[in-house]
Amino acid sequence: MGFVTATADRLTIRNFTETAGLFRTLGASGFRRFSTYRQATVAATITNTMFGFVRTYVMLAVAGSAVAVGGQAAGYDAPQLVTYVWAGQGLIGVVALWGWTELADRIRSGDVVTDLLRPVHPVLGYLLPDLGRAAYALLTRFVVPIVVGALAFDMYLPQRAATYPMFAVSVLLAVLVCFAGRFLVNAAGYWLLDTRGVLMGWAVCAGVLGGLYFPIRFLPEWAAAAVYLGTPFPSVLQIPLDVLVERDPPAGQLGLLGLQALWAVLLLAACVLVQRRAERRLVVQGG
Amino acid sequence: MAEPSTAAIYRRLIAAQVRSQASYRASFVLDLLSNVVFLGADLLTVLVVFHRVPVLAGFSLTDTLLVFGLSSLGFSLADLAVGNIDRMQRHVRTGLLDAVLIRPLGVLWQLLVLDVGVRRLGRVCSGVVVLVVAVHLAGVPLTPADVLLLVITPLAGAVFFSAVFVATATVAFWWVDSGELSAALTYGGRDFTSYPMTVYGGWFRHVLAFGLGFGFVAYYPALILLDRPDPLGAPSWLGWCSPVLAAIAAVLAGLVWRTGVRHYRSTGS
Repeated sequence: MGFVTATADRLTIRNFTETAGLFRTLGASGFRRFSTYRQATVAATITNTMFGFVRTYVMLAVAGSAVAVGGQAAGYDAPQLVTYVWAGQGLIGVVALWGWTELADRIRSGDVVTDLLRPVHPVLGYLLPDLGRAAYALLTRFVVPIVVGALAFDMYLPQRAATYPMFAVSVLLAVLVCFAGRFLVNAAGYWLLDTRGVLMGWAVCAGVLGGLYFPIRFLPEWAAAAVYLGTPFPSVLQIPLDVLVERDPPAGQLGLLGLQALWAVLLLAACVLVQRRAERRLVVQGG
Repeated sequence: MAEPSTAAIYRRLIAAQVRSQASYRASFVLDLLSNVVFLGADLLTVLVVFHRVPVLAGFSLTDTLLVFGLSSLGFSLADLAVGNIDRMQRHVRTGLLDAVLIRPLGVLWQLLVLDVGVRRLGRVCSGVVVLVVAVHLAGVPLTPADVLLLVITPLAGAVFFSAVFVATATVAFWWVDSGELSAALTYGGRDFTSYPMTVYGGWFRHVLAFGLGFGFVAYYPALILLDRPDPLGAPSWLGWCSPVLAAIAAVLAGLVWRTGVRHYRSTGS
């Protein structure tokens, strides 16, 4: 009598064309799906814009006070902080900072079993549509706050041409890190009955330590260093924004990208590992 | 058997909710704690900002903490009372609202007791602590008038924020998939009122502080408590106007809600 395994045989990918086809199909599915949520996109963009105004004025007051005492606010000047706030509001939607409970919901309802029957690794099966979703958000939720911020305030534009491609890479890495983080907190549902506490923990950490409420470098230096090196959260928002407003010289920007890449690899590896352990212990009730 | 009074029905509904939530004990405690943590995150933001600069738009840390304390206590009381109305869209989409409409009780009140946010008590408690500490640090003299103002301001703020919660949730009647739209004015309003109005510039301040009335939630009462004139030149009696503003907001929110309910057509799901 042979084993009955919980998962289907995974697709063996034979060549590049097949891989590209898989990526294109799954990515496009995420893009298409989110492009149908038009009302939600408009609503979220309006909300991001409102918060953009409030946070910009607070940051401008900080920059104003810092200049009055003859300094800069943690190395950012006023236009840099304006760009920081508005690009940050735009990136919330691109990385999908909060609100993704799809995997946790599917684990609770048992629907996750269909994901295991698909011939694509579940991590990849969630990641690729998420990249499509991010691409759609980049065209909508990222662009609008940037335009509004640029119309209403004096924004900092990157001075070095190399910053633009670096920012693009940084945003891609941020999407990967954020996806992996969300996947991991959702996967806690394999072990916990109620994941609301874990999800809330993620939301508050991603907001505070990710640099959304205030740039992490506003913290005392030792605390900022600990957050950058010891947690993945700055890789989700803070680092792309630092790269964009050229807070550091080119070498520093490259270092930040390296840090992001390290976290992306670490967390995605953790996703694969957690998924493997979860599949061993998953019991789906029949019915 | 005599029919129970309406109040008794609501009392039973709330008690059942509290029991059911408290029965998942670990989850309940975690929820209570995370509400405290969220307030801590907002407080941390203010502290970190003042770690970088000694004065923000003319206000010191202790002055700003008083504004923050008044605003966050008012908001957390509103969040405790009516915060769960932000699930309106789900009620409309799933058709739960249809069930609520055919019961012989008020629609809004039923929705509010459907999911009582007992866990938000954590936030109210920490809001009280923050306000007490802020009053102490700011050296408010605590005359009878000050004490009265310290009591009515958070209550008026609670009514005001509740009105904002209900009015913005009504959008779901017209716009089912309105997502986080109401957060722009509820959570956005809380963030706006957490800082002195001198922080904000031009038309944005005029629209939110006076046009929508957010300036009266914390800033003007705080000026009276701190005994300082408004740097923007408004008369100091404005600080006593928050109950009037709250009453107007509540009436308007009620009207918006009624219009929404009349306008409601089931999604058919």
